[in-house]
Amino acid sequence: MRTPFTVRLFQSMPKTGWVALAIFAVVACVGVPVAHLALPEGHALHLSAYTVSLLGKILCYMVVAVAMDLIWGYAGILSLGHGLFFALGGYAFGMYLMRQIGRDGSYQSDLPDFMVFLDWKELPWYWAGSDSFLWALFLAMALPGLVAFVFGYFAFRSRIKGVYFSIITQALTYAAMLLFFRNETGFGGNNGFTDFKRILGYSITSPEMRATLFALSALLLIACLVLGRYLVSSRFGRVLAAIRDAESRVMFIGYNPLHYKLFMWTLSAVLCGLAGALYVPQVGIINPSEMSPANSIEIAVWVAVGGRGTLVGAVLGAGIVNLAKSFFTVTVPEYWPFFLGFLFIAVTLYLPDGVVGLWRKLRARKGPDSAAAAPAVTAAPVGETAPETTVAKGATA
Amino acid sequence: MNRLLLRLALLFASLACLALPARAALDPALVAGFAGDFNSRVAAIEALGVEGSAAARALLDAVEAGNVGTAADKVVVIDGDAVKDAASGEALQIAADEVETITVNNRIRRALATAHAALALSAESGADRLAAANTLTENTSESLLPLFERTLAGEKDEAVRGVLSRAVARVNLGSADAAKRLKAAEALGESSDPAVKNMLAALLEKRGEGKDASWAEPDAEVRAAAEASIKAIDRRIATAQAVGTVFSGLSLGSILLLAALGLAITYGVMGIINMAHGELLMVGAYATFLVQGLFRSYLPAYLDWYVVAAIPVAFFAAALVGVAMERLVLRHLYGRPLESLLATWGLSLVLIQAARVVFGPQNLELANPGWMSGGMELAAGVVLPYNRIVIIGFAVFVLVLIWLMMQKTRLGMFVRAVTQNRPMAGCVGVPTARVDTLAFAIGSGVAGLGGLALSQIANVGPAMGQGYIVDAFMVVVLGGVGQLAGAVWAALGLGIVAKFLEGWAGAVIAKILVLVFIIVFIQKRPQGIFALKGRFADS
Repeated sequence: MRTPFTVRLFQSMPKTGWVALAIFAVVACVGVPVAHLALPEGHALHLSAYTVSLLGKILCYMVVAVAMDLIWGYAGILSLGHGLFFALGGYAFGMYLMRQIGRDGSYQSDLPDFMVFLDWKELPWYWAGSDSFLWALFLAMALPGLVAFVFGYFAFRSRIKGVYFSIITQALTYAAMLLFFRNETGFGGNNGFTDFKRILGYSITSPEMRATLFALSALLLIACLVLGRYLVSSRFGRVLAAIRDAESRVMFIGYNPLHYKLFMWTLSAVLCGLAGALYVPQVGIINPSEMSPANSIEIAVWVAVGGRGTLVGAVLGAGIVNLAKSFFTVTVPEYWPFFLGFLFIAVTLYLPDGVVGLWRKLRARKGPDSAAAAPAVTAAPVGETAPETTVAKGATA
Repeated sequence: MNRLLLRLALLFASLACLALPARAALDPALVAGFAGDFNSRVAAIEALGVEGSAAARALLDAVEAGNVGTAADKVVVIDGDAVKDAASGEALQIAADEVETITVNNRIRRALATAHAALALSAESGADRLAAANTLTENTSESLLPLFERTLAGEKDEAVRGVLSRAVARVNLGSADAAKRLKAAEALGESSDPAVKNMLAALLEKRGEGKDASWAEPDAEVRAAAEASIKAIDRRIATAQAVGTVFSGLSLGSILLLAALGLAITYGVMGIINMAHGELLMVGAYATFLVQGLFRSYLPAYLDWYVVAAIPVAFFAAALVGVAMERLVLRHLYGRPLESLLATWGLSLVLIQAARVVFGPQNLELANPGWMSGGMELAAGVVLPYNRIVIIGFAVFVLVLIWLMMQKTRLGMFVRAVTQNRPMAGCVGVPTARVDTLAFAIGSGVAGLGGLALSQIANVGPAMGQGYIVDAFMVVVLGGVGQLAGAVWAALGLGIVAKFLEGWAGAVIAKILVLVFIIVFIQKRPQGIFALKGRFADS
């Protein structure tokens, strides 16, 4: 007799985790909108439009990081192409936003400005239905999902693993970037989509819309964390971790790793696509540079900094790195690459388990009693062995 | 009328030349043209070029300098303060400011270029003669015919003869004599120039309809010859283009090989995927730039050879950076390929930004040395540039060097031992740590050499490495990690396939197709072309 789904879902996370998520939900869905909309400017707790957009953007990055952690931390598959899925979701939703501009573009045409500029007479076939919000939302999930499914099916079927897989995903996103940089592709060339006006008829720059998008991003992040936690603590997640650690043995027992890996890989891409769809209206632009290999590697940096194989680590890592990035690019822009580079060397050399690993080590040093007494919020469900060593083993195998 | 005059002039000129080769003066009839309108001036210039004596040469130079003019119904040359008769060279009692000089306009300038080329037909060096012949072929006219025939009679160089006889044929194609036209149409089949093909195609044009139909070329035999010649030209052009594509594929392949060889070594020995490999290319390219700067300042006379001097510099600069990377960072990450991949990416960020701070964000352009510029022309539009030929040779040189090192030296043996079985090699006394460092240094140095080669065909800038790293990885993955032979085949194969696809579908689509091809290929052979065999195959 299996325990009911709701019970399993609830048990997948310790109580403190649920409490933390609830607090986060209240802050994001009530606190931030109130601080942005109701409090007057100059109030100590007022959040400016810039801050809300920045935080909303980082929330989207956190979703991507969680998606990356699900596939890298729990399945041992390092993707250097997640920027592609993120950008595909962004482009899918961006098409809808472009259509919503209507005749308010600088050429007063029904067609998006860049098409008028290129002297196109009608929308390409793949823009069909792009004026529908639901279709755009569906596309934002289906497109990255489909690309990931097809690519993953062939890659996993032929057992491309470890570094090989990473390099091929990097080439995939690189090829896509080259494709999207072209004007003929029909996605605005190197300028991409920009100059959005409204969603569902509401102005995209209004404070209410900004707060709504922020709250939606927060809800998406929460949903990702709950879903991710449920998945990795379920039987499915345990098989996946077993595949990560010793794929051959899992195969000998009778599992087919292809299905497990493919499901997690596709899910991860879909989550990235959703994050991209929420990212675009908040940032106001999507262009092919999102698909550059460097961007995709940066996603891996966030996860590694936070701590791989701990979903909360991905969230922390994305937050830390992106806040640092905002700070550095404003104050000393030319030192940001130095900082990011050295941060990454230092993390791989000295903090193999990231910030979360450091935290755990400090807790453990305090004394085994206190560590045992306080159930770790971030405890990895797959045994207490450091994911670090196991991943490395999986990768070399 | 002009033509006739010219022929007469030519006749006189050649007679004069034969009779009195040592006489410096020119035939007055040759020079007289300068007193007329532009047409006659152009004709005079051409005739001077054909005549080809030292005096003619001097007069042409004077025309170019704007020192030739007319005064008192005579064609004169201003020589300093004195005014001389253009033909005889005798000093005249005319003041320089009374001379109405000839304006050098574009037509005159073109005629001068042709005349200079005609003069160059008698140059010492075969290459100069060939270049002159090619220039003349571009704007042939009947007036040059005697010159061509005269030169052909004495010319020994096959290439020059070919160009000239085709030029003669081109002129003869318009002749009134059908036999001459037939010969010309047949001779033109030797050409590989699309312009010649168009000329022949014009002969086959039909004018009018039905009974009134007539051909541009009345003689059926000439038409048949022209048709055969067009086919021959088409075949030749197609072959030349295929050779050109294979060549550019080889050239791209050799660059990919230079970029990937180092990667193949480092990954093969240490299992480290070095994302900063592209930046090692960059280090090599910047080292080359610095060497060029040093030569500019201190050895300007030997500037053409800075590339040769840069070879060891680029190698050791990149090798030093590589050793520093290995000692400081990678050493601690052995056995963890994914982490090493990410840490080296951090290193690459740092190196790119360092280059940006030191050298500035803009791209630098390095000068090709004289012996590397220009190219070999296979056919019209199909040129094999010398710098790419040199790079192909350089890639072969580096490859042979590495092969010798791996097969014939003690270090190479150690490297191979460590690649095959690290613990066992350590057990029998191979100093694995030192081998790692040396192998990494060599791999990095080879990347530096790749950067040197790249600096000769592409811009040098902080982001240059990023453009090649994905391709280099493709080569390594396709060839089989750590396999030198695999890297060679994969690089050349990818280069040629990419170039053929590019001609057919454009660069971006070609890149995407190549990627799809690699993914499909890896389906069949997950370990690359040359997989490791035996018990280590799955480790």
